[in-house]
Amino acid sequence: MRVWLMILGMGLLTVALRVSFILLLERLSLPSVVQQGLRFVPVAVLPALVVPTLVYVDGELNLSLTNGRLVSGLVAIAVSWRLRSIPLTIAVGMGCLWFWQWVH
Amino acid sequence: MGRRSEFFSGIKAISPITLGVVPFGMIAGITAVESGLTGGEAIAMSVLVFAGASQLAGVQLLASGAPLLVIWLTTLMINLRFTMYSASLAPHLRGLSTCHKILLAYMLTDQGYAMCISYYDRTAQASDRPHLTTVEKAWFFGGVATTIWIVWQVSTALGAILGTGIPESWSLDFAIPLIFLGVIVPAIRHRASVAAALTAGAIAIVAHPLPLNLGLIAGSLVGIAAGVGVERWQGKEEP
Repeated sequence: MRVWLMILGMGLLTVALRVSFILLLERLSLPSVVQQGLRFVPVAVLPALVVPTLVYVDGELNLSLTNGRLVSGLVAIAVSWRLRSIPLTIAVGMGCLWFWQWVH
Repeated sequence: MGRRSEFFSGIKAISPITLGVVPFGMIAGITAVESGLTGGEAIAMSVLVFAGASQLAGVQLLASGAPLLVIWLTTLMINLRFTMYSASLAPHLRGLSTCHKILLAYMLTDQGYAMCISYYDRTAQASDRPHLTTVEKAWFFGGVATTIWIVWQVSTALGAILGTGIPESWSLDFAIPLIFLGVIVPAIRHRASVAAALTAGAIAIVAHPLPLNLGLIAGSLVGIAAGVGVERWQGKEEP
């Protein structure tokens, strides 16, 4: 019972957050500074999501070149910047990490 | 470009990332069962919540005996970023029926958002093709989102039933940050977006030890503010 209550509550909360502005902004319009801010959502939220997964290894900050995920991430950034291809970014990044693990 | 072709473009665009979703989904299934959920409950959770990080946090809190209110508050904080995605996608979905909006919104994920918003921006800037209609945007979203949804459900169910996942040493989870890099790096084209991305990343590193996913929220908000600040300082909007 407790588990189902937990799941239901979590589900309702999460769908409410997801639906929120998609429904609200049908009629409502936002102040121009907020609209300006919204254009930066992808370029701010996704780096904030990704960067910690590259530099924190098992909860410890590792900004050195001994961090395989950081090195592979930097290589992937270079590939993405030059070639603008998502499949290639994933392929080269994974390959780089596997090579790193194989060497160490 | 019709509805059907946009739907299939969405499936095609998102398929490389299923590589990263499978191990994460399996871990969500395994962790749920190890935390005391039955297989059925684990699957129901994946269907009803459909948000990996909060599912993991929820079952771990449950196993540690946390009160439901704490679990729900944690869910709220971890998933707060969806409101930003929702606001950012809203103009693209304006005019759809409420029913369709709720269906698409229910399937909104980090990966799906990243893929759709970058596709909408790219097609809006391309001069060699007609701009997408709202309905075409919705079908692309649908193709992306249903692909992620199916892969997520199958992999959590597999994890819950088999009890073992893909070996950690394969590091397939790394495909998830890679897809974000693949999507976002080409979108960082101007000074304001560089400022937003660098600030967001730096704040997220510093604030990472904070509880309740506050590091992500802080990084995102300060990053957005930095982008807006630079753009205002330059005195012009960047496309």
